[in-house]
Amino acid sequence: MNKTIAFASEAVAGIGDGTTVMIGGFGGSGAPIELIHALIDAGPKNLTIINNNAGNGHVGLAALIEQGMVAKMICSFPRSADPKVFTDLYLAGKIELEIVPQGTLAERIRAGGAGIPAFYTPTSYGTELAEGKLVAEFEGRHYVQERWLKADFALIKAELGDPLGNLTYRMAARNFNPLMATAATRTVAQVTRIVAAGEIDPEQVVTPGIFVDGIVEVPDPEQEESLNREGAVYP
Amino acid sequence: MSAALDTLKLSSAQIAWRAAQDMEDGAYVNLGIGFPEMIAKFQPEGRDVVYHTENGVLGFGEAPAAGEEDWDLINAGKKAITLKPGAAFFHHADSFAMVRGGHLDLAVLGAYQVAENGDLANWSTGKGGVPAVGGAMDLVHGAKRVAVVTDHVTRKGEPKLLKRCALPLTGLGCVTRVYTSLAVIDVEDGRFVLREKLPQLSFEDLQSVTGAELKIHGDVADLAVPEL
Repeated sequence: MNKTIAFASEAVAGIGDGTTVMIGGFGGSGAPIELIHALIDAGPKNLTIINNNAGNGHVGLAALIEQGMVAKMICSFPRSADPKVFTDLYLAGKIELEIVPQGTLAERIRAGGAGIPAFYTPTSYGTELAEGKLVAEFEGRHYVQERWLKADFALIKAELGDPLGNLTYRMAARNFNPLMATAATRTVAQVTRIVAAGEIDPEQVVTPGIFVDGIVEVPDPEQEESLNREGAVYP
Repeated sequence: MSAALDTLKLSSAQIAWRAAQDMEDGAYVNLGIGFPEMIAKFQPEGRDVVYHTENGVLGFGEAPAAGEEDWDLINAGKKAITLKPGAAFFHHADSFAMVRGGHLDLAVLGAYQVAENGDLANWSTGKGGVPAVGGAMDLVHGAKRVAVVTDHVTRKGEPKLLKRCALPLTGLGCVTRVYTSLAVIDVEDGRFVLREKLPQLSFEDLQSVTGAELKIHGDVADLAVPEL
């Protein structure tokens, strides 16, 4: 088995118009910048993007949005140090937003990957984000029913990958990446280094390869925060 | 607020200092982004506190020196952090299992408004713009104690402690204690109970800038805070 893909362009080739794509990361930490830029080069339209945020500056997710490729964002916090790209489009009515509490977003993705269509959470009970949702009482407390979240594609970032798709992560860059890997029809990971099968200690594997369809090696990956400090713009 | 109250009131650092005094040894604590983050600076000597951040770190420490940042190592406010010995990384679902599952001892958040029934409004001014909730709605339902740090009144001098919140809610009946620029107030059985107030401030003056009745059960201590 060899899930290695040579080029980022090849990794995103199947993402067509109207696709729902999960993109890993929390802010810039764990964001697969090179895969996102390859997606910009490919140019599909009317994408629905699931991410914790909605981009920062003019690179990565913000650049994808700035290109007019995103019809809808599903996220918890569409603000950042430089949120102008998303903010302007949103206030002009040119991009749809589904705002989801962060823990609910994580659990909806986990449920999507685990084959659990719905679950109950105390989060958002009694708030406007629970409007129209089923509520049930368990042991005297109220809980809101939330549904799973799945995607056609997940683009994620990991540290080490092997040809079977086993992945490790680097520090807090883990965040949503292992969850999204489980919840998409096709998951592609950019990894800093591809190692031979057996070189990742099975005790250290965070995402087992069954959840991963392709890996692309991107040595020395770009960091969104560093790019923004340089004033970078993509493309 | 009158000019007199304005000169009396605690600074943000002093409110954070007071809130920090209540962090127990061995507590797992989440400090909300912005103002609550300042509380960590005043962690009392000799007490071990483990800080949690929503994006998947337990046991982080201070910010690194400028130029030493590693952008894979940030907190929920997207600021660079460092690790303390014994730190742990985990994914977002585990992170919020810690939150919703009741494993945190304390969460501290900011507030636009707090109601006497413990309702909190801190995520939306209801005026349009771009809505953003982050982890606030999860945090208010998990920690054993949910505290708020806030100015006692708005910039326009209007009470932030009210009978009922007018702004969109973050959570119902979730706040257990409020540290303000004038007082420390508990939420108990749907009422505000005054625990501490600035000694120079009369009860009547404090009540006049509070939008719900302040109850007194037992002693009201002096809110004593160092110059910072």
